[in-house]
Amino acid sequence: MAKILVVDDSASMRQMVEFTLKEAGHQVTVAEDGQVALGIAKGGLTSDLVITDVNMPNMDGITLIRELRTLAAYKFTPILTLTTESTTEKKMEGKDAGATGWIVKPFNPEKLLATVNKVLG
Amino acid sequence: MAIDLAQFIQTFFEESFEGLDVMEAGLLALEPDAAVDLEQINTIFRAAHSIKGGSGTFGFKNVTDFTHLMETLLDKMREGRMAISQAAVNTLLESVDCLREMLVAARENAQVDDERVQALRDRLMQLLELKPTTPTAKPVNDPPPPPQTLGWRIQFQPHLHLMHSGNDPVRMFRELAELGELTVRPNVARLPRLVDLQPEDCYLSWELDLIGIAPRDAIAEVFAWVEGDCELTIEPLMDKVTTPATVSPASGPAVRLGTAEEGQQGELLLERRQSEDRRKSDRRASPTTATESGSIRVGIDKVDAVINLVGELVTTQSMLSALGEDFDMSRLDKLYEALDQLDRNTRDLQEHVMRIRMLPVSSVFSRFPRLVHDMSGKLGKQVDLRINGEQTELDKTVIEKIGDPLVHLIRNSLDHGLEPPEERIQAGKPATGVISLDAYHKSGSIFIEVGDDGRGLNREALLRKGLDTGLLKAGEDYSDEQIDELIFHPGLSTAKQISDVSGRGVGMDVVRRNIQDVGGSIQIASHPGQGARITICLPLTLAILDGQLVSIGQDCYIIPLLSVIESVQIRADAVNRVAGRGEILRFRGQPLPILRLYELFGAEGAVTDLEKGLLVVVEADGRQVGLFVDDLLGQQQISIKSLEKNFRRVSGVAGATILGDGRVGLILDISGLIRVNNPVL
Amino acid sequence: MNAKTTDLATLSPRGLLKRDATAEGLQYLTFSLAGEEYGIDILKVQEIRGWAPVTKVPNAPPFVRGVMNLRGAIVPVIDLRLRFGLDSMAYTKTTVVIVVTVQSASGSRIIGTVVDGVSDVLNPNAADIQPPPDFGTAVHTEFISGLVTIEAGMVMLLDVDRLLSVEEMFALESVRPAGEPAIAQAA
Repeated sequence: MAKILVVDDSASMRQMVEFTLKEAGHQVTVAEDGQVALGIAKGGLTSDLVITDVNMPNMDGITLIRELRTLAAYKFTPILTLTTESTTEKKMEGKDAGATGWIVKPFNPEKLLATVNKVLG
Repeated sequence: MAIDLAQFIQTFFEESFEGLDVMEAGLLALEPDAAVDLEQINTIFRAAHSIKGGSGTFGFKNVTDFTHLMETLLDKMREGRMAISQAAVNTLLESVDCLREMLVAARENAQVDDERVQALRDRLMQLLELKPTTPTAKPVNDPPPPPQTLGWRIQFQPHLHLMHSGNDPVRMFRELAELGELTVRPNVARLPRLVDLQPEDCYLSWELDLIGIAPRDAIAEVFAWVEGDCELTIEPLMDKVTTPATVSPASGPAVRLGTAEEGQQGELLLERRQSEDRRKSDRRASPTTATESGSIRVGIDKVDAVINLVGELVTTQSMLSALGEDFDMSRLDKLYEALDQLDRNTRDLQEHVMRIRMLPVSSVFSRFPRLVHDMSGKLGKQVDLRINGEQTELDKTVIEKIGDPLVHLIRNSLDHGLEPPEERIQAGKPATGVISLDAYHKSGSIFIEVGDDGRGLNREALLRKGLDTGLLKAGEDYSDEQIDELIFHPGLSTAKQISDVSGRGVGMDVVRRNIQDVGGSIQIASHPGQGARITICLPLTLAILDGQLVSIGQDCYIIPLLSVIESVQIRADAVNRVAGRGEILRFRGQPLPILRLYELFGAEGAVTDLEKGLLVVVEADGRQVGLFVDDLLGQQQISIKSLEKNFRRVSGVAGATILGDGRVGLILDISGLIRVNNPVL
Repeated sequence: MNAKTTDLATLSPRGLLKRDATAEGLQYLTFSLAGEEYGIDILKVQEIRGWAPVTKVPNAPPFVRGVMNLRGAIVPVIDLRLRFGLDSMAYTKTTVVIVVTVQSASGSRIIGTVVDGVSDVLNPNAADIQPPPDFGTAVHTEFISGLVTIEAGMVMLLDVDRLLSVEEMFALESVRPAGEPAIAQAA
């Protein structure tokens, strides 16, 4: 049972990920863009894992990760990006910003859960 | 545990269609060959990106592939690697259309026009300067290690800051342990003195032996996230124990981790489940029509308002209930009070509930910028479309029905009303024509106006055609408005030649009928050389109106209160008989035609003496007429029921209602009655 | 070869018909009109009401008496005598309105039909139903689906969907199923 923060501007994605993770017994908080997510994190929400989309309005995923890493509570929190890019360049962009790893879209719920379980150990 | 994705697919479709609208609006707003509006392009890109991601997740691969091309093109544009040409914008606009179709087909499990998709794919790839690709063969997995090897030897030396990204070597080892039998030998050579130790840094490195048939790829996969943060070598392990070339002698205890299932098998399982999900989600797509939907989005504020009103209603009900418990005539006042309150509550509730069905007219107007953009290109005309009052709200049913008529009117303005740029300049007008689309509330109705500054109607041609077809009588004097009204006549507007001659095209009669079907009316005002304006008047709510009950013979009819000007008694000396026009009353200095409803309706036992009945003066479409009835029977709010559900449309009648005594009352169609009376049409 | 008839006692107090679940084959509600017997598929019959004044509809064909309020629905009432081109009759205590559900191109409609009186519920075997006779070109027989012979005489089975199709009703002024002479009813 972990606390997971999910950030994605697509409602269907948010719903799907939230549902999947909740079914597996995790506690999920959702945000629709980086700005909202950062606000929640600064406001005191701690997480065991952050899953974030990259392309979002207001604040994109890369900026969010950079910002989160400056917060004490999120210095070492595993952060995964949701990326449709299979080219190395995009994945590395997230890593450069401090992301732990990535999940390539499209993914199915099972794959998501498997990855989440691995990261949470 | 299998998670059913179907429940999220509906949301995916909704947000994807919205995303397409965003893309379209954004593309239309782009100025080709001008300075790049980065924000605009980013918005369009993000919308495409979301659709691509979602369609992949929910199993619509054709959509994913198609959107990928669009996204790549947009990506190049936003990075400045490609110019925003008109051709590119047009191709993208058409791709948005195609994508819309593909999504609808996906939702309804229907067929897509593959030719169209392929044609657009080719165009997109041309713009991207890609050659059409043939389906690539699936990459072949690394073969498992040759039989004489036992497995793999992995040298893993993380950089100091590996853990700063939230990665954890122990986690990775656990993953490896699932692939085979794992032995771990840590190397502590880099450990500093305790006092210098930074707990967040990683000083250890490891040598790992993985015994098993897992392919090299699977192992590399485990370290995928930390590729840039470590030194990693993976070598096959021979079955003879050869001394591995380690960085430094292993000094820590060896750790053996248990084996788990074959990683390969697990992957296969996942794949199968993925394709099953896709098949299931395809089948489950529910068949809803693209135009009319059975659901509606309502703002929370509207719902809250209704909830409050229901609360008040409940309070009133309790009041009445308490009163009823032991009532006597001394409490009559309280009863009246409570009934008044009930009346208010129900009216308020009614009004607010009807508002839930109201949507801003922008949902209809939004398609016009695109339409005008495409058509003006094709016709070679320059047009500025000005839209006002998009937030004006209309009942959902009305909105669904006025879409087509409005498209027709705008097409007409574009095609016949507006002149080509050269002609406009010659006439002293700016080369760019203006089409205006306005929506506003006024005196209990909604008005929608479509105007242009073009040629206006060609009255001479209309007059000629009217005389030719016998609709107009030679020698009679007709007003400009009467001639303009001819445009709505079926006999006239269906003639093919009219489209060039009269300045308006075919089908105006259908437009008018559609408007009338929702209880509205339509008028045209034209100024030759300056333009024309069509005004549509629509009822605010379809289902409830305030009615004036009247008796005609033994029957009771209802006149919508909104159209009633006043009711008067007739003096015989104020009535003139005019040849060909019937009876006219001199009313406030204006001639008012009198309609003897009992004649029109064949009512029995009605009052026939004009002085013994009542004349109800009504107005619609800017014209007035007097309806002769026996008597007024009071006013009440009535809910409108359609006659057409079980019967058919009756001319002169707009609908029916159930009166207080259970009888059926017929509601008069004032516009229709006025038309009946009009001698021209 | 007599078809079975079912007692009218199957009618419930509200005039709603209880369908006999054990009956084999089709059931028809029979009614009398100008001395002749007709039958309609019982599944299309919604209810039977006594005659009550209706609201006239202006400029409707004479066989449309008007519209009535059926628990909030606006339902047209057709006088079948006039529809068949016969003379109308003054309405009496036995005059009833059979409310039927009619299928048309535009969906299903509820229509009331005024008849002289209802008779029995008929339960013929499929074998007992004869094809509609050919009355000649002057008469419209498209809405007669068959004939059944009972003890008392002949019953003409009507295809309600065609008889009361809105399209037909306002295309034709009146139709007349000329046929066998009326057979005297058994006492």
